[in-house]
Amino acid sequence: MAKTHVTMTVNGEPAEGLVEPRTLLIHFIRENLSLTGAHIGCETSHCGACTVDLDGRSVKSCSMFAVQAQGAQITTIEGMAHADGTLHALQEGFRMMHGLQCGFCTPGMIMRAHRLLQENKTPTEDEIRFGIAGNLCRCTGYQNIVKAIQYAADKLNGVPHKEAAE
Amino acid sequence: MTTTAPTREQREAKLEGMGCKRKRVEDVRFTQGKGTYVDDIKMPGMLYGDFVRSQHGHARIKKIDASKALKVPGVVAVLTAKDLKGVNLAWMPTLAGDVQMVLADGKVLFQNQEIAFVVANDRYAAADGAELVEVEYEALPVIVDPFKSMAPGATVLREDLIGKNTGAHGPRKHHNHIFEWVMGDKDLTDAAFNKADVTIKELFSYHRTHPSPLETCQCVASFDKIKSELTLWGTFQAPHVIRTVASLLSKIPEHKIHVIAPDIGGGFGNKVGAYPGYICAIVASIVTGKPVKWVEDRIENLTSTSFARDYHMTCEMAATKEGKVTGLRVHVLADHGAFDACADPSKWPAGFFNIVTGSYDFPVAHVAVDGVYTNKAPGGVAYRCSFRVTEAAYCIERGMDVMAKKLGLDPAEFRLRNFIKREQFPYQSALGWEYDSGDYDTAMRKVMDAVDYAGLRAEQAAQREAFKRGETRAIMGIGVSFFTEIVGAGPSKNCDILGVAMFDSCEIRIHPTGAAIARMGTKSQGQGHETTYAQIIATEIGIPAADIMVEEGNTDTAPYGLGTYGSRSTPVAGAAIAMAARKIKAKAQMIAAYKLEVHEGDLEWDIDGFRVKGLPEKTMSMKDISWAAYNSPPPNMEPGLEAVSYYDPPNMTYPFGAYICVMDIDVDTGVANIRRFYALDDCGTRINPMIIEGQVHGGLTEAFAIAMGQEIRYDEFGNVVGGSFMDFFVPTAVETPKWETDFTVTPSPHHPIGAKGVGESPNVGGVPAFSNAVNDAFSFFGSTHIQMPHDHWRNWEAAKKFGLHA
Ligand code: FES
Ligand code: FES
Repeated sequence: MAKTHVTMTVNGEPAEGLVEPRTLLIHFIRENLSLTGAHIGCETSHCGACTVDLDGRSVKSCSMFAVQAQGAQITTIEGMAHADGTLHALQEGFRMMHGLQCGFCTPGMIMRAHRLLQENKTPTEDEIRFGIAGNLCRCTGYQNIVKAIQYAADKLNGVPHKEAAE
Repeated sequence: MTTTAPTREQREAKLEGMGCKRKRVEDVRFTQGKGTYVDDIKMPGMLYGDFVRSQHGHARIKKIDASKALKVPGVVAVLTAKDLKGVNLAWMPTLAGDVQMVLADGKVLFQNQEIAFVVANDRYAAADGAELVEVEYEALPVIVDPFKSMAPGATVLREDLIGKNTGAHGPRKHHNHIFEWVMGDKDLTDAAFNKADVTIKELFSYHRTHPSPLETCQCVASFDKIKSELTLWGTFQAPHVIRTVASLLSKIPEHKIHVIAPDIGGGFGNKVGAYPGYICAIVASIVTGKPVKWVEDRIENLTSTSFARDYHMTCEMAATKEGKVTGLRVHVLADHGAFDACADPSKWPAGFFNIVTGSYDFPVAHVAVDGVYTNKAPGGVAYRCSFRVTEAAYCIERGMDVMAKKLGLDPAEFRLRNFIKREQFPYQSALGWEYDSGDYDTAMRKVMDAVDYAGLRAEQAAQREAFKRGETRAIMGIGVSFFTEIVGAGPSKNCDILGVAMFDSCEIRIHPTGAAIARMGTKSQGQGHETTYAQIIATEIGIPAADIMVEEGNTDTAPYGLGTYGSRSTPVAGAAIAMAARKIKAKAQMIAAYKLEVHEGDLEWDIDGFRVKGLPEKTMSMKDISWAAYNSPPPNMEPGLEAVSYYDPPNMTYPFGAYICVMDIDVDTGVANIRRFYALDDCGTRINPMIIEGQVHGGLTEAFAIAMGQEIRYDEFGNVVGGSFMDFFVPTAVETPKWETDFTVTPSPHHPIGAKGVGESPNVGGVPAFSNAVNDAFSFFGSTHIQMPHDHWRNWEAAKKFGLHA
């Protein structure tokens, strides 16, 4: 099948490759760019494990073709930690509040939460639950994911987190 | 002593041993997208496999034509049963003693059964090829209802078994019958029923569902022709068992097979068994000489690998009019699908279903289970529970509620009257188990107090009156569930898988600087073993958990173990860790005695080293002992400090718990709003309370899904209805209730650290709590039992049936 040349910016770096028109963005990211943090849990746009941040929106990258991301600015989980290697507040929050178990949903969850906190800096519990409803987790029951996002929101807002686990 | 010496508390805290909420070491990589899951593995020249699957539930295969597929650019090979026969792999043995087609041999027995395996140089080409393989079918009559399976003229499903009147578990009564399994004393039970004041009889169907971890089943097989060695990476909950099975099947000697389970994205029972995908990837790698990756998609996962439940339980209970249970009789019709591929210990075709007497002191009981074939996917795995324990818990907990109603007793009160009392432990159950320890009364009362049970019942009565007056359209349900699990399989005297005894293992090696590595026969799929196992070692031998690396999943380096499922890691491997650690401690004590110039008996353990009794300043830390062990051991002692333990548990462990669920059901929409869910778990000694709580949250969420909507349904033609995340209910953060957790601690007397296991309790106890709440709500309007799953539609239907829409 004829291939198309795509270029985009991923985690601040230029990225390019040759793809079939039908190549899914998630496959381009995972296979061509070897960024395997975003996962595949369904390929039918239900689970959110493949969530990345694209031009300021959360995108399920299994539901978009790589060619549609031509010229896009993409952030994946690999682009979240700070340049000095310290963790982003969300990454820290997920660990501190036990917001993950098998870790398979985690990259997608964190990327979704990242966008959510851009849109709403002080979300309520219900707003968080609604905001991550496109991302499934089979392990945690979400309660600690909600706390992890609250932890990150507090940290980013410079507010002490009331329930930081002892 | 200088003022800077750490205090005892500081030394203790530095260990991060048992009982502390140690943050998980796994999370550092997982939160950065740096886990290594199977699909992340990429090898030079790697090929991809994809299946052609049956469109029919039951059909004869007239012809398979792969010629068009083979013309697709990138397609390298198409395997069918014919090819597999050449290497004697068209069929494979199942863990349950049956055989299963790897690729359809002459006919298909369930929809989405594997027919051909297309191998190509990328996953798109493989999918293109699979699309173009032409299969000609001749449809055959389909059986999806297990109750019709053994009808006199029922169509023959398993032609390969014609004439075989005996299966792996004894005589077969019918050509679609697999086994009958009987436990207990029939005559005594019949007598109890004849004498009973009150009896009940009710069919409780536990519907077919699926563990559906977020990562599907997958593998990469790489056969090295020169060395004749096979490396197999895969989503394996039990890597050593996979190696043994692979060796027996492929005839590749076991030392030349390297099975590696990297990070696993959840298992819940789905990743215990061996699937056609693994066999096909191995054969394809041998045939092509290249590594071959097989990754299931979600629909394939839900419809072909390992369903759970499909247990149809007729429960009869006898009691006195004062409310004492006197007998239990249960018959189960177990739908195993097209092949009996249950992952049960070999001698237990119905798992540990004989835990069905639950937490109650039944003097007599009798159980019979009939397993049957149908045109459905094989499996019957323990979805977040020990083998068939969740089915048993559901059966007894619904039965207790139905009986309480009939007696006019409150369900909690009825349970309290019949609990096995604390002083009866160790308790011999009527169906043959020896419960190790328990304090049911305390747990139940603690939960009742926490939720103000009496207040809830009063509120419910008031709400019911308000409903009758037309002031509300909601009815309130209170679900009580008290479960006893049986986990930690298991003692070699009664547990094995294909002849391999169900011990587990740990090897600990202390390095000269006092850091350590522990290698295990188990395999975490999210349970956090790398974190918790190190905590056990830290407490046992005083090395900080941060200095201990836990490694699992590589069969070359790990001692042989049976893997992680059935909540067996803590009860069995956790014990192996403690025993290995104690061997090390014993040698450390000899070294310390020599160095401190005292007798071993003059030493006592003190947090992170030994000290001389009565001379607290004369000490030797584990760190110093480690160095000495390598560099200046006592004369005649071998250098080094390591130990291996294979632990064969003397008994199972019996975690228990009390759950209460409060919900309001809108009779016009059928929507159930979970107002409150309170879960008390007693898993014995608690290693990491943070992780325990996480396990309970997750298990309760799965229980909520199963009870309230999650189902793998088939239509009468054998089509799977709803085999994708579109229809298969996986709750999001919005539907998922908020959980309140609590605990009591009743250690297991026979376990080295008293731990019982917890990961599965919430699923086992949660499902009956939800179902009992729904049934409780409707019971006041004349309902005895409504089958699960209690989705909005079924709730609405029930409301209609009992006249609540008027
Ligand atoms: S893999 Fe993209 S939503 Fe599931
Ligand atoms: S942590 Fe396993 S799916 Fe979310």
